[in-house]
Amino acid sequence: MGYMSKVLLSAASGAAMLLGGHLAPVQAQDGKDANFVPLFTYRTGPFSGSGIPIANGMRDYLEMLNQRDGGIGGAKIVIEECETGYDTKKGLECYEAVKGRNPVMVNPWSTGITLPLIPRAAVDKIPVLSMAYGLSASADGQTFPWIFNPPNTYWDGLSVIIKHIANELGGLDKLKGKKIGYIYLDAGFGKEPIPMFEQFAKDLGFELKLYPVAATDMQNQSSQWLGVRRDRPDYMVMYGWGALNPTAIKEAARINYPMNRFISIWWPSEDDARSAGPGAKGFRELNWHGVGTDFPVLKEIQKHVIDKGLSKVAKGKEGEVLYNRGVYNSMLIAEGIRNAQKLTGKKAVTGEDVRRGLEAINLTPERLKELGMEGFTDPLKLSCADHNGHGAAFVQEWDGEKYVKIGGPIKPMEDKVGPVAAAAAKDYVEKNAGWPKRTEACDSK
Amino acid sequence: MLYRETGQFKTSYKADMAVFPIRQDRIGLGLILLVAFVGMPLFASEFMLSAVMIPLLVFALAALGLNLLTGYTGQLSLGTAGFMGVGAYACYKLTTFFPEVNLIVWILASGFFSAAVGVLFGLPSLRIKGFYLAVATLAAQFFLQWCFIRIPWLYNNNVSGAIEAPVRTLFGMPVTGPHASAELRYLVVLSTVALLTWIASNLVHGRVGRSWMAVRDMDIAAELMGIRLLPTKLLAFAVSSFYCGVAGALMVFLWYGSAEPEVFSISQSFLILFMVIIGGLGSLIGSFFGAALIYGLPIVLKSLFPVLGLSVGAATIEHITFMVVGAMIIGFLIAEPHGLASIWRTIKQKLRVWPFPY
Repeated sequence: MGYMSKVLLSAASGAAMLLGGHLAPVQAQDGKDANFVPLFTYRTGPFSGSGIPIANGMRDYLEMLNQRDGGIGGAKIVIEECETGYDTKKGLECYEAVKGRNPVMVNPWSTGITLPLIPRAAVDKIPVLSMAYGLSASADGQTFPWIFNPPNTYWDGLSVIIKHIANELGGLDKLKGKKIGYIYLDAGFGKEPIPMFEQFAKDLGFELKLYPVAATDMQNQSSQWLGVRRDRPDYMVMYGWGALNPTAIKEAARINYPMNRFISIWWPSEDDARSAGPGAKGFRELNWHGVGTDFPVLKEIQKHVIDKGLSKVAKGKEGEVLYNRGVYNSMLIAEGIRNAQKLTGKKAVTGEDVRRGLEAINLTPERLKELGMEGFTDPLKLSCADHNGHGAAFVQEWDGEKYVKIGGPIKPMEDKVGPVAAAAAKDYVEKNAGWPKRTEACDSK
Repeated sequence: MLYRETGQFKTSYKADMAVFPIRQDRIGLGLILLVAFVGMPLFASEFMLSAVMIPLLVFALAALGLNLLTGYTGQLSLGTAGFMGVGAYACYKLTTFFPEVNLIVWILASGFFSAAVGVLFGLPSLRIKGFYLAVATLAAQFFLQWCFIRIPWLYNNNVSGAIEAPVRTLFGMPVTGPHASAELRYLVVLSTVALLTWIASNLVHGRVGRSWMAVRDMDIAAELMGIRLLPTKLLAFAVSSFYCGVAGALMVFLWYGSAEPEVFSISQSFLILFMVIIGGLGSLIGSFFGAALIYGLPIVLKSLFPVLGLSVGAATIEHITFMVVGAMIIGFLIAEPHGLASIWRTIKQKLRVWPFPY
């Protein structure tokens, strides 16, 4: 058969696949039980700087389970990446491509892709794990039984930042008369905390200055930082993603803004701070898991995956903030599957089982130790009502080479955040008339 | 061979001026419509319908709209995504204000809002041309996207800042929302696109289309012949924006399900402009070709690698797609600057005289 006819044939069969649907449920090659975990990743496009380490971390942890334990509970994990480029249309295409193949869950890794999936999750019976992003209101498991966003919401993060500032000043009452600047991505993600921020400003008596950065202007923030120079806020808070973070850190260093008063939500990576040079020293951000490779779980990944050449991670990049976040994400996936297996007694589980499994997540200190994550992160317990955990976060500081944890864990201000989240969930239900009531049974009492 | 018009006599002016003068073309069109309306919903997989066909038709409609403006009237516009956004947001506001009215009515009505905005931004076109007009429409793009972000009223003060398509029914079946079947959504999109394409075809073959083309070819000559430039250009802006607006509403309600302002960014405008250029400026069928190539090719490439038995990473495929599409765009522009539609015409011409080319 000539080359041309081969190409034609494969094109034809490709078209046939598109038409007829290549949607057979996934099974392991040898016919044994398997669980299909699609990973929506973005190794291309303007957000790939953040997307690549996350993709590597997610993949390597699951690969480690495959290599070391032969999967989870005797069932192999079928890992498949789908490139979204952080683009909603490609993300939806990925979703359509995997949804008929019995995926145990999806991880959209983009708020834009998460939002259209929220109403579909219950219908397609595929849980959505949007780890500390997406719709903050979806932490309410009674309203959103299929959506999970542990371990914190953006609102929790904001309250932690406020608490951190208050701790530095010596009490919440000391915030009175201060000026806090907020630089953020002018999209849903960055705008979500504003009502809450304004509430804090009113309650605690500080002045809030807003510096929105449009998604198209992420790399050109000179006007915003000119504003910062003029307004001289006592503290700066940042909610950014992709190219916004390194640019903001660079600009802050350029105007000699005191870095230890510049606090970000948990997304900036090492590269973001490093690219700003020595001026970035002292930059702070929230985090809820360890950095570096001094944890048994990272050692296992090195031993079973990286050293065998099965990883795409660049040398020395494992253990960075976003890599470890990917690991944390995959640990949640694995725990969800494992719990689902325990609950149902099956090896190959479905999205419905894993939804129950995720609600049963209970990362006690003992369990974390078994996972090789002792000291890596704090315990986390989810329930039918609470799909988030609203766990504590800590502040870490850039010392010029790596992030160093400063201070202990800070709990979010539940009394302030709770009502806002409940109101937002209610608002979502009202605006989406006919939003289904929870019918899914609850395992954990 | 089969494609030959021997024996097909035209006995009236009407037959001579028909849009499809050759019988085989009419049969072919009928077959395509049959496959699209009957075959596809019956036999295609859900992935094919909701991830390939619906997006393709939506993009084809938007490209068609832009083609009316850029291809037929010669007014370069970079505000397509903004006009699509106007349609989407208008439809969202209308259907949340009046939920009992049929969604199809609002999808079509939202086009008028988009048309009005289009006329407003088309006003400078009387004075400025070419690249300068492109810059003016670029302003429309940025201004409109700014509105979608900055005016909370437009998205009903949603905390997420996005618009979410509420559940609406058609003939008692949900047409939006998670329960909507791919078949119904596809048929609604297809019917809308078919209807609007038919209207566009009539427009461009009639007086309006001729005056547009006259303006495109030489506006001073057109003016001397008695075509009033301002109404003609503004009409082109209005009709074009109407099409884009409907496409935007279809996109959010029947495809995405919810949309952030980011969806209507400048890159979307460029994408549609590329579709028009690759497909063929001033050709209706070219809009479909362009959409199929730019949107469909990456999907085909993506499914091609596994079929060939090559295991390639998802990101690598993405890079290859970028390169292949880029190379194809350059290749087409060199080999056939008038786009796929022109290739199509050449093929048809060759077939008509085959095997005796002259």
